[in-house]
Amino acid sequence: MDLQSETIEKIDKLVPRYPTMKSAALPLCHLVQEDQGYLSKEAMEWIADRLDLQPINIMELVTFYPMLRTEPTGRHHIRVCRTLPCALAGAYQTCKKLEEAFNCKVGHTSADGEVTLEYVECHADCGKAPVVMVGEDEYTNITPESAEEFATKLKNGAL
Amino acid sequence: MKHQQHRLIFKHIDEPGYTNDIDCYIKHGGYEQLKKAVTMKPEDICAEVLESGVRGRGGAGFPAGMKWKFLDRKSGKPIYLVCNCDESEPGTFKDREIVHQDPHQLIEGMMCSAFAIQAKLAFIYIRGEFFQGYKILERAIEEAREKNLLGDNILGSGYSCDIIVHRGAGAYICGEETGLIESIEGNRANPRIKPPYFPAALGLYQCPTIVNNVETLCDVKHIIEMGGKGFSEIGTPGNTGTRIWCVSGHVQKPGYYEFPCSAVTLGELIYDVCGGLKPGRKLKAVIPGGSSAKILRADERFTGKLKDGTEFDWGIEDIPMDFDSLMAVGSMSGSGGVIVMDDTTDMVEALANINYFYAHESCGQCTPCREGVPWMRKVTQRMVDGNAREEDADLLKNIADQIAGRTICAFGEAASWPVQSFIAKFKDEFVEKAREQAARRKDGKEAATETTLI
Repeated sequence: MDLQSETIEKIDKLVPRYPTMKSAALPLCHLVQEDQGYLSKEAMEWIADRLDLQPINIMELVTFYPMLRTEPTGRHHIRVCRTLPCALAGAYQTCKKLEEAFNCKVGHTSADGEVTLEYVECHADCGKAPVVMVGEDEYTNITPESAEEFATKLKNGAL
Repeated sequence: MKHQQHRLIFKHIDEPGYTNDIDCYIKHGGYEQLKKAVTMKPEDICAEVLESGVRGRGGAGFPAGMKWKFLDRKSGKPIYLVCNCDESEPGTFKDREIVHQDPHQLIEGMMCSAFAIQAKLAFIYIRGEFFQGYKILERAIEEAREKNLLGDNILGSGYSCDIIVHRGAGAYICGEETGLIESIEGNRANPRIKPPYFPAALGLYQCPTIVNNVETLCDVKHIIEMGGKGFSEIGTPGNTGTRIWCVSGHVQKPGYYEFPCSAVTLGELIYDVCGGLKPGRKLKAVIPGGSSAKILRADERFTGKLKDGTEFDWGIEDIPMDFDSLMAVGSMSGSGGVIVMDDTTDMVEALANINYFYAHESCGQCTPCREGVPWMRKVTQRMVDGNAREEDADLLKNIADQIAGRTICAFGEAASWPVQSFIAKFKDEFVEKAREQAARRKDGKEAATETTLI
């Protein structure tokens, strides 16, 4: 495993804070995923080894928690909330516009690897629906009317 | 404005110039209550919290002081405090603001609570999607540590306690307190059965544990400030303190609004506070406490008796916004998420949307939920896809009735209540959907129409 020294440092600081090693499993999944972009089989084995666990102990987390991924995403990871309050504000139509703008079906990564477009469940900002996340950043009030402009800005690096 | 908000928890939220660093917080009187708390006897703080009558703001509305009282102090095992910041009940968006804009209020509330229950270690379980919130909390904790407001020998009191921020990873079930505990232990978040696993006795690492919502823990700070009695004078008996109502859906001004419990009615909240519906639209239905709360139909009459024996006869707009009134009309105030739907809303689609959510989020541990909830999703999806059957409404109700009450945790109810209540109140629309589709098919047209909510 080729992790950045910064990630190793974070891991070494974090593990001893927990009363048990196993408690650090989910945080380590996050840290390694942030470093590598996703959790490969090798990554899961590395985490297990670091925490004195079996690989299955990590794999069962990765297959349970939706945010943990076993494949890389496109350069931009776009998550559109589709839960009721966002849907009432037009989230499904917003997503359709984004599908067209990026030539990418929701649930997939575009052929050019630029975007991964996904539906996600409630992100707890329903007062400013529809909510869209790009990577770790949240954007609100992305209505069907403003979705195209949003997509253009994202493409141009102007978000 | 006719209905002035009474902001206690949200006092500084969106205040111009108010920043989320410790200096700003201290300048506004921050950490004075923690200073006071560490000079008090822990049991006296617990007594104040009990007297305040504060009920849990996460969903169940259980009195927090009572929860604390159940804590097994005789076991000799370490005690843990866990803040439930896994805010994920659809329609709820209050904890996010506290974390982003006023994180030190939460930390102060937590440290007061940790001292009161003599916790050895505290956790904040924050949902994974709150990337910024996580960073803000991490920074705030370091700021507080530098000023000796947490960590070793807090303010020279001899009491030590640290906070670990633990990130979730997109699973709604982690909001269930025993699922959350499993998640911190490094497992899949499969909830535990109660009894015997009441967290106050057998919680995190099988030790006594208190799990409280973000807003509830913030309330503790204010209870120390004004005393349990003072706090209990806000709101009405049994429904004390303020609530932050998160209003979303078809209103002109969605957002968060804090009022004393019972201070506004649902009608006042929608029409006066949130500016009403869009021009030309009529109210159709409201889900008053997050998407698992039972839906209320706009033209219903609600009659019955309150806990204290008072009889009521309300229209939807007359319902006072508090725990007991919303329970009396057959729903709940839950996590405070008020989802408003106007007359353009297709109820079959709305339920299909909700069912999708719960089918996605079932942890899969209990058969009725693992099999039943995706089944309900399939039925509502088939209905919107053009293959609705007149008997689908009865089928849905039948499935829901066989899930509720037959699962380890309350998720079974959370997933069943929307189905049961939509069918009870809008059955005509579910039947009509099948008839319309049959008629279109007969005319040689596509049976399904374009959907907007699923």
